[in-house]
Amino acid sequence: MLKVRLRQTHPIPLEVDLHCDNGRVLALVGPSGSGKTTVLRAIAGLHQPAEGRVDCQQVCWLDSESQIDQPVQQRRCGLVFQNYALFPHLSVAGNIALAMDNPSENAVQDLLAQVHLAGLAERYPSQLSGGQQQRVALARALAREPGVLLLDEPFSAVDKVTRRKLYLELHRLRRQLSMPVVLVTHDLDEAAMLADEICVIHQGRTLQQGPVDEVLYRPKSLEVARQVDARNLFSGKMVQQDNRLCLSWQGRLLAVDQTAGFKAGDAVHWMLSPAKVLLHQRVRQSRGEQENPLTVQITEMLTLRGITTILMQLDDTSLMLQMDLPEHVASRNQLRPGEQIGVSLLASAIHLMRE
Amino acid sequence: MDWQALEVSLKLALATSLTLLPLGLLIAWSLSRREFTGKSLAEALVTLPLVLPPTVLGYFLLQGMSRDSLTGNMFFQLTGESLAFSFTGLWLASLIYSLPFAVQPMLRALEQIPLQMREAAWCSGLSRWQTFRRIELPLAWPGIVTGLMLSFCHTLGEFGVVLMIGGNIAGETRTMSIAIYDSVLAFDSQQALNMSLVLLAVAVVTVTTVYQFNRRPIRV
Repeated sequence: MLKVRLRQTHPIPLEVDLHCDNGRVLALVGPSGSGKTTVLRAIAGLHQPAEGRVDCQQVCWLDSESQIDQPVQQRRCGLVFQNYALFPHLSVAGNIALAMDNPSENAVQDLLAQVHLAGLAERYPSQLSGGQQQRVALARALAREPGVLLLDEPFSAVDKVTRRKLYLELHRLRRQLSMPVVLVTHDLDEAAMLADEICVIHQGRTLQQGPVDEVLYRPKSLEVARQVDARNLFSGKMVQQDNRLCLSWQGRLLAVDQTAGFKAGDAVHWMLSPAKVLLHQRVRQSRGEQENPLTVQITEMLTLRGITTILMQLDDTSLMLQMDLPEHVASRNQLRPGEQIGVSLLASAIHLMRE
Repeated sequence: MDWQALEVSLKLALATSLTLLPLGLLIAWSLSRREFTGKSLAEALVTLPLVLPPTVLGYFLLQGMSRDSLTGNMFFQLTGESLAFSFTGLWLASLIYSLPFAVQPMLRALEQIPLQMREAAWCSGLSRWQTFRRIELPLAWPGIVTGLMLSFCHTLGEFGVVLMIGGNIAGETRTMSIAIYDSVLAFDSQQALNMSLVLLAVAVVTVTTVYQFNRRPIRV
């Protein structure tokens, strides 16, 4: 298990608390310059924070209170750099053997097979493709038999097609890994695809850590919601209606399932995943249509890989809503820009956040 | 052909370049890897011999080596010999005069190794010394060889400083360039030509070797 607590004010402020269990993948997500890489460097021992504590597999690597600060060489930490930092004068086997305590040809071959690079041991980094270089960097990091595997934007230097292949390979490989894995990325899709948990970091401060769905669809604050690129993000007010707490929004009352912790009169932010906006189908009606019905006008439609995102204007306001539909559903319902349609906001999917 | 002068020149060039190999590497490594007060001054001092007229440098070195000076006197007290007009004095002067030719290529080569490369080595468990030996040294090798070759060639062709420090003592401080100058003054054109051709050939071979070495396929 990895437990990290970091504090500093210079050169960039850091207020970081995160943890990752063995065999789990934690994605550290945030925009460029948010301090993601600095956190990784601090875990590895390449950056000394003013205050903090890093524990890995019950070994204390850093504790500013007890003045413990293990040098980078002693922290068993596998780090895959953004540009891989392979040693250009050494072969693939040489790069991997260098990180081993007791290098042997068999151990190198085993690692190469694990990352699907068997047969390339004698090649040099310059003779490899970007994807192969990334796998060598991964094998070198694993050769150290690390207590934690740190991946610093490992997919940013490869093209999109290779990236997709590497996602699958990492996904397969992670089942064989018993240590915690921390993946730094600014790509939410990548994080959602590969990680068990997400930790959102902004301006050096970790805002929320939790399972992927919880962070993406139930962020604990507006700040987190903005960082995870929440669409359909609005403000409203809680009101009491017929012994039930409802959300008052733009002169409408919306039913909400999860209202625990809120009371009438609370000003709130709320969000709803575009996938949880229900289309009132023209051919047949469904029961869900009774739930928070709205009439909207389609302004734009964008289709990407089979998912159509529909931008809709709420009648009599300038507010825009987004709805994601499978492309065939949009086509079957003959949706076109300019048309008026009915949609429902599922009460169970409305997520409230304190203002 | 003054074979004795050729011998002095080769001996001086060899002693200077071989001394500058570890010394230049240490200076280049310190300048590229360490932050310290007065770093800019240190960088300027290393480069200074490149821009200073050899006679000016020779004059100051001569003053520093004379028995009236502190350093010259100390050397005399220790060894019983004078630094000025001796091979040792010439060697010390050559070290300073050729220093930038050794340090600059080594410095550039070390600076080109990205920090991440060293950090990757540390993360792989290598100590700083192991990182230098197994990662930095092989990667900076072309620059190190270039520094060695250039300091050798530069010392071989040294004239102004040699004239000021060493004078013209046969077998001790009379180098090829001084011998060529003497031959021209004595209207012995044939000897001047022969010796110039020898120096030209050594320079061409050395510089070609440097270029060839730097051009060999490096897997970077």
